[in-house]
This record gives sequence, structure tokens and C-alpha cells, in this order.
Amino acid sequence: MTPVPLPERPDLYFTVAALLLAIGVFGLLRRRTLIGMLISGELIFSAASLNLMAFNRFRAPDPAVGQIFVLFIMGLAAAEIAIALSIIIAVYRNYRSVKTRELSELNG
Amino acid sequence: MTPFPASSMIVGAIFLLCVATTVAGALIAALTARIIRSVCGLAICCIGLAGLFYFLHSPFLALMEILIYVGAVCVTIVFAVMLAEPDEPVRDENPRSALLWGSLALVVSAAIFWGLWRLGAAQDWTAPASRVSDGSISAIGRSLLTTYSMAFELISLALVVAIIGALAIARTGRTKP
Repeated sequence: MTPVPLPERPDLYFTVAALLLAIGVFGLLRRRTLIGMLISGELIFSAASLNLMAFNRFRAPDPAVGQIFVLFIMGLAAAEIAIALSIIIAVYRNYRSVKTRELSELNG
Repeated sequence: MTPFPASSMIVGAIFLLCVATTVAGALIAALTARIIRSVCGLAICCIGLAGLFYFLHSPFLALMEILIYVGAVCVTIVFAVMLAEPDEPVRDENPRSALLWGSLALVVSAAIFWGLWRLGAAQDWTAPASRVSDGSISAIGRSLLTTYSMAFELISLALVVAIIGALAIARTGRTKP
């Protein structure tokens, strides 16, 4: 029995996706500015995309479905980035800061 | 036709290079103090991810990943960095609470990774018996215009609303000259 070549092993893709998700959650908890948290959120989006693509390659009967799904994820991520960055710029105009510690006006 | 000698080893090395690029980019994006380096880490991570998409038999999505993430998202974040100067605060909290929160975040992310890794390694992922399409670009285009045409239109609507909303939100609070 010949060993399976590396790019054909699904567990490697799942490991990389889990690592991306863990790094994204770590950054999301650790960052103290809004843009840093946004970048960590993008890492979590990438983990989801990679996971879906791996399942699409190895499990799905129709390989076009996962690619369309990931394409929609990319479109929604672009829309989310546009909205979030405009909110960040509006916050910076009002508060002169994007540090999460200083945005505490509702903290009673 | 005999294959090129050691071609499988070369393919495996390129695959490992893509994995290393993805993970290293993600680590740079999450760990550096300066935001601009973090954006560069995100770009590196997305380039590695495009390589992984290529290995998953989807050159279309590899191209789209580079176009959308590296070409649009990272450049937009760089513009926001220029406008908002969001570098991490140097040391405005006491080091004990920083250490506490850092270790808590590390424990949470390590638990997530360990659980998902166990879950992915324990199963036996066998291929499906039959495939109804080959997953090529023409199959994607046919599905987009038949089965998923409604979702396609809704995505375009969401993008239009997002662009208009971004313009409206970023416009308020601007001081008149």
C-alpha cells in the first residue's frame, strides 16, 4: 500500500483550519484596538473558508457547491470590512482613539 | 508516460510551503504590536491560503482569494490605518492583568485547536461514491446562473447596501472646512 501523498490528506487541511481559528480567537481576545480585532476576525473567516473547501474536495458529491459557498463568504467578508472600517473611522473622528479600553461611554 | 522523478516529493514540499506560509502569516497577524505589520501578516496568510485552495482543485478560488483579500481587503485596512493611527498602546495597563488576559486567551485558543484537531484526526474521511460535476469553472458558472442565481443577486444587493452604508457612516462627524 503506497502512502497517501500530502496534498490528498484531509486531516492536514482540517489541522491548518483549526490552527487558523485558534490564532484568530487568540488575537480577538488579545488585541486592544478595533482594527487588530478586525484582522483577527478575518483570520477566523479564512479558517471557515479553508474548512469548507476541504470538505468540498473530499466529501461533497458536487464540488461546485463549496466553491460557490466560499465565494459568497468572500463577498460578505468584503462587505463586512467596508462597514466595519467606516464605523472605525467614524469612531476615531468622535473619540480620537480606536483603543477598546477608551470606548467605554456606555460602561455605567 | 513516466512521471518526472521525485515529482511527488516536490509537490509535497510546495504543499508544506503553502501550509507554513499560511500559519506564519496568521501568527504575524495575531502577535505583532504594530498594526501595519499585522495587515502584512494577513496578506501573507491569504497568499498561503490561495496556494492551499489550488491544492484543493480550485484555481478559481485561489485567484479570487488573492484578488479580494490581498487586493481589496488588505489595501482598505491600510487606508484605515493611515486615517486612524491605531497602534497598540505601549504599556498603559499593569503587566499582571496583561499576563492574566494573555494566558486566558492562550488557554481558550489552545482548547479550541486541540478539540478540533482531535475531531478531525479521529474520523475516517472517505471520498463519496460518485460526483455529479467536475467542479470546473464552467460548472461553477452554470450553478451560479441556475441554482444559486437568487443568492448571487442577494450578494450583489448586500454589497451595494454595504457600500452605501459605509459612505453614509463615514461621512457623519466630518467637520466642515
